Amino acid sequence: MKRIKTLVTRDLKKSAKCGGCGECQTSCQSACKTSCGVANQKCENKNK
Amino acid sequence: MIHQFKNNGFAFVVDTASGAVHSVDDVAYDVIALYGDHDEDGIVRQITEKYGIDGDEVKECLADVRELVDRGLLFSEDEFRDLPPKNGKSTVKALCLHVAHTCNLNCEYCFASQGKYNKSASRGKPALMSFEVGRQAIDFLIENSPGRRNLEVDFFGGEPLMNWEVVKEIVAYARSVEKEAGKNFRFTLTTNGVLLDDEVTDFLNREMHNVVLSLDGRREVHDRFRKTYAGEGSYDTVVPKFQRFVGRRGGRGYYVRGTFTHLNTDFLEDIKHMASLGFRELSMEPVVCAPGDPYALTEEDLPVLFEQYDALAAEMLRREREGDPITFYHYMLDLAEGPCIYKRIAGCGSGFEYMAVTPWGELFPCHQFVNDPSYSLGNVWDGVTNPELTEKFRASNVYSHPECENCWAKFYCSGGCAANSYHATGSIDGVYEYGCRLFRHRMECAIMLNAARAEAPAEAAAEAAEEKE
Repeated sequence: MKRIKTLVTRDLKKSAKCGGCGECQTSCQSACKTSCGVANQKCENKNK
Repeated sequence: MIHQFKNNGFAFVVDTASGAVHSVDDVAYDVIALYGDHDEDGIVRQITEKYGIDGDEVKECLADVRELVDRGLLFSEDEFRDLPPKNGKSTVKALCLHVAHTCNLNCEYCFASQGKYNKSASRGKPALMSFEVGRQAIDFLIENSPGRRNLEVDFFGGEPLMNWEVVKEIVAYARSVEKEAGKNFRFTLTTNGVLLDDEVTDFLNREMHNVVLSLDGRREVHDRFRKTYAGEGSYDTVVPKFQRFVGRRGGRGYYVRGTFTHLNTDFLEDIKHMASLGFRELSMEPVVCAPGDPYALTEEDLPVLFEQYDALAAEMLRREREGDPITFYHYMLDLAEGPCIYKRIAGCGSGFEYMAVTPWGELFPCHQFVNDPSYSLGNVWDGVTNPELTEKFRASNVYSHPECENCWAKFYCSGGCAANSYHATGSIDGVYEYGCRLFRHRMECAIMLNAARAEAPAEAAAEAAEEKE
């Protein structure tokens, strides 16, 4: 596409099928302790 | 739902439900803004008038937009509301161990009231966790984490190094049982650095998955709040210790973490200062305090903070180009390999996956609820004795906050911090709007960084080719 570049992102709909293993880090444990965000957490699902 | 924004010369369209992010030019940006509310003729007319380009070019762009809509990458519907939870059983996977409800610093802005967490008259006394309580907490975690291998234990306070022998004993105990239990413990510790010596450093560097070092930045900023009980600043004490610690860390995870307040809204200068001290893994958090506190962030501060976040992103790109990058915790946005939709809906897990343990073994939904009597969950011997509260926290997710319904960033934040919501609105299902506005702006910067980095290799190749010619 000439005017639109789509960045590589995780397909959230697909992740509904193979996700949910729960092995990823609890978001508040890493550095913030006073706010919340999940997007910067790494996925640790080996079967995705 | 889509969200459009411009940042640092880039224009973006984010499709919330699919997670797709499109980097677009100005024409496509405007075409997408008009799409849906205008017919093709209307869009072509407006765009040709504004940009002076041929109508066929606009039609070509419109065809691309339609293709993205058809592929579910633009204006896609949120189909996750009724997604059945996986691992629905009660599973605890992370504990915040309050090994020391006391501190050797007397920081005025401390949300934990210098480690005592004095939220009621009968609680809030200084205390140290015994090894017996810590061991029981480890046993509680193992017993309540069926099906999970990775378990997280954070040593927190107050100042956890004031109970150092117990920290070591708890780590040793967990290591002695993890293999047989089929678990992998990841320890983290947050420290003000005062008691950081070589023995502590070597142990932390061996055992801790991550270490958070509290430093607010410039000396005058750090020393404004982070004082000893004698009223002296701690900067000169802790900075050399942090430098020695990071120098011996050997590439393992750490964060130098600061707090900014109304009194240092120019926090980029503090981040630059941290970098000048040799630190590369950085985090800077807005202060958590009562709205009336003199250092509380204000509405007037917001535009300044947005500018600071933008300037930070630009500074990071500059440093990356020059081969001396820094990491900023809130800009670590991995678009391609980030969390699945379950994580994005459920949030931080406080109160059901994640709990805080007081020095005497009482369980709370997280460290920010500790010693609030109405949020006591149980204890490490009897487990959760207030299951209604656990269910309340489990049910609090991105869909339980009405304000999140139309927020483009909801799958980046998962509904926000329950404690912040509670303190701002009295309900864990409320929202701390000020924090939301900061968060959304940080995500815009993080998305821009992703796009800029994706373009950097192409730019470098083009520059190299030009030089060759």
